[in-house]
Amino acid sequence: MAGVAGGNDFQWCFSQVKGAIDEDVAEADIISTVEFNHSGEFLATGDKGGRVVIFQHEQECKNRPHLRGEYNVYSTFQSHEPEFDYLKSLEIEEKINKIRWLPQQNSAHFLLSTNDKTIKLWKISERDKRAEGYNLKDEDGRLRDPFRITSLRVPVLMPMDLMVEASPRRVFANAHTYHINSISVNSDHQTYLSADDLRINLWHLEITDRSFNIVDIKPANMEELTEVITAAECQPNQCNVFVYSSSKGTIRLCDMRAAALCDRHTKFFEEPEDPSSRSFFSEIISSISDVKFSHSGRYMMTRDYLSVKVWDLNMENRPVETYQVHEYLRSKLCSLYENDCIFDKFECCWNGSDSAIMTGSYNNFFRMFDRNTRKDITLEASRESSKPRGTLKPRKVSTGGKRKKDEISVDSLDFNKKILHTAWHPKENVIAVAATNNLYIFQDKIN
Amino acid sequence: MFPKGTKRKFSDSGDEPAAGGEDVNQPSSVAVRMLSSYSLQRQSLLDMSLIKLQLCHMLVEPNLCRSVLIANTVRQIQEEMTQDGTWQIMTQALSAANAAAQCSADRLVATEVLCRQTEATQGEQVLKPFPAVGSEGCPAEEEEEVVVEEEGEGGPQPPTCQAPLAWTPAGKRKMDSRTAEQVFGTFEIKNPAPSPDPALEELFSDVDASYYDLDTVLTGMQSAPKMGPYDLLESLSSHGPSPLSSSTSCRSDLNELDHIMEIIVGS
Repeated sequence: MAGVAGGNDFQWCFSQVKGAIDEDVAEADIISTVEFNHSGEFLATGDKGGRVVIFQHEQECKNRPHLRGEYNVYSTFQSHEPEFDYLKSLEIEEKINKIRWLPQQNSAHFLLSTNDKTIKLWKISERDKRAEGYNLKDEDGRLRDPFRITSLRVPVLMPMDLMVEASPRRVFANAHTYHINSISVNSDHQTYLSADDLRINLWHLEITDRSFNIVDIKPANMEELTEVITAAECQPNQCNVFVYSSSKGTIRLCDMRAAALCDRHTKFFEEPEDPSSRSFFSEIISSISDVKFSHSGRYMMTRDYLSVKVWDLNMENRPVETYQVHEYLRSKLCSLYENDCIFDKFECCWNGSDSAIMTGSYNNFFRMFDRNTRKDITLEASRESSKPRGTLKPRKVSTGGKRKKDEISVDSLDFNKKILHTAWHPKENVIAVAATNNLYIFQDKIN
Repeated sequence: MFPKGTKRKFSDSGDEPAAGGEDVNQPSSVAVRMLSSYSLQRQSLLDMSLIKLQLCHMLVEPNLCRSVLIANTVRQIQEEMTQDGTWQIMTQALSAANAAAQCSADRLVATEVLCRQTEATQGEQVLKPFPAVGSEGCPAEEEEEVVVEEEGEGGPQPPTCQAPLAWTPAGKRKMDSRTAEQVFGTFEIKNPAPSPDPALEELFSDVDASYYDLDTVLTGMQSAPKMGPYDLLESLSSHGPSPLSSSTSCRSDLNELDHIMEIIVGS
C-alpha cells in the first residue's frame, strides 16, 4: 500500500462532514467514540448524550466512478440514558465510551456499546417487506368480523420503505464498580472483555447475569493505589491472549490459559525512562491512553500524551518504533497540567495493512505516520480547510522563533479543539475523524 | 495590610523577568534568596495539585485515573521536599500561620505567598491559565504571618470548607479505620459528607487530626459546593522561614490542616 504523505502516495481529500455548524456546541453532541465495522460498510459514532449514529457507505455512483460512495445516516438510536446511583448519590453519565462491532454472521448487524457502568448488545436489522392480505384483520389493523369472511387468502410479502430497527438484545450490567474504559470482542466471537480502572471482566455474549473477573489490581488498602488500568484489548487471532495498559506507561500481556485470575502477567512491556528528561510530569505523560493490536496481531501500538509507540510482542524491553505526535508541547506541560489538558486521552488506529498509523492532536490537527517510509503528515479537520473533494493541505506547527508562512505557532493552538477519536477503514483509504461535535470523513483521491 | 500584588501566571520552563518591575512591598531579600526558582515552581505545582484534588464534580464521580496521577505527583513532590529539607521548613512556618489564624478566628484569611516576581511569565493566553499565585511581599522573618483578604476572580463563592485535610510528612501515615476507607473509598461507598460551615472557628475546632491524611485528599469526594478555582488559587501559600514561637510538634498536624484549609477557604 502506498504511503500516507504526498507525492505519488496518498492525497487525502475532504469527503464529508456530519454535525452542526454552530459555534455553540451542545455538550450532548460531542462525539465520544468512532468505529468502523469489519467490512467498513458501516461507521458508528457514539456521543456524550448516549446516542449512537450509524452511517452506511452508499454504493458508488455508476455515472461518476471517480467518486467513492458517501456515508449516510443508516440508523440513530438512544443507547444509554443517564442514571442515578442512589447508593453513592452520583450520576452515571450516559456518554458512550466505546463501541465495538461484532463480526457479521447473518443479515443483521450487532454492536456492543458501553457507558461508564453498563454494556449493551444492540441488534440493527433491516426490514423492507411487509405482509399484506391477512384474513383476520384489515390493512389498518382492525379485526375483521369472522362471520363476514367468506374466503381465505394467503398473505403475501410486499416491499415497503426500508426501515432500520435497533433493538437492545442484551444488557450487561452491575459488573463494574469503577468506570469502564474499554471493551474488546474476542476472536472466538463468543466472549468479550470489559475493563474499568481496576478490574477486567470476561463475558459471554449470551450470558448477562454473570461475568468472570480475570484481572483485579485493586489493592487491599486503597491508600496504596498508585496505578490504574487505562485500556485493554483482546489479541486478534489468539482468543486466550489479551493486553492491558496502565497509568504508569506499562503494558501487560496475559494468557487466560495460565490461570483463572490473570493478575500475573505473561509479558511485561515497559520502556526504561530517560533520566535526562525526568520531571514531575514524567509519569503523567507516560500514562497510556490507548492500546491497539495491529491487524496481523504481531504488533501493538500504545498512545501516551506526547507519542505513539509500536511494540513487537516478542520484545518487552522497548518499543520497536516511536513517533512524536506533538513534541513541541513538552515545554508547555505545566500549563497543560494547569488546564487539565495533560489528562486528555487520545486514541490511535492502524490502517488496514498495518503500514500506517494515525492519531489526533490539538487545534483539530491529526497526524499520520507511514511505518515504511517514516514520513509523517499533519492535517486539519476544520470547515475552513474542507473544500468539497479538495485536497487537504499539510499543516505545520512552528517551534523555533521564526514562524514561516502558513505555520502556526504553539501559543496559537486551540487546546479546546482536540481530536481524541479517529478511525481508519479496514480495507480502503477512508478515515473518520471526530472533531468535538463534527465527524469528518476523508478519502484518498483515486488517481 | 499589604496591597495586592500583580497576579502572575504560572511559569513554564521559559522563565522571564517580571514585566513592570518589582512590587511595592519588597520582600525580605533573605526570604527570596532562600527559595530558589525551582523550589518556588515546585511549591506552586504542589499547591496546584492539592487544589485539583480538592475540586470535585458534585454530581459525577471524578476520574480515578486523573486523581491517581495527581496524587502520585503530590507524593513525588513531597518526597523530594522531605529529602532536601524544605518540607520541615514549610511545616514550621505553618505553625506560625496557625498561631496567627487562631487569634483572628472570626475572619477568614488567606495566607500570602512569598513574592514570586522573578517567576512572572507572559503569554500563554490561549491556555487560559489560572493566576496561580498572588504575589505579595512576605517579610516572613519578622512577622508571624501576612494575611490578606483576596477576592476571587469568579463570583464570590461561599467560603465553605470540605472536610479538612492534612498533610503528613513522608513516612508518617496516619492509619485508622476511617482513613482506610477514605482513599478512593468513596468510589465504592460514599461517606456522608460533613456539612460545610463558613465560620473559621468551626473549621479549626474539634479536629481529629488523625482522620486527615494525605490520602483523604485523594478521594476528592467530600461533598461541598463546587468552588471556583480562581478563588482558591488566590490563596496558595508558600512560606519562607519564620521564627518559631510556640508551635510544638504535637500541634504540627493541626497546623498542616490549617494550611490546607487556608488554601481551600480563599477569601
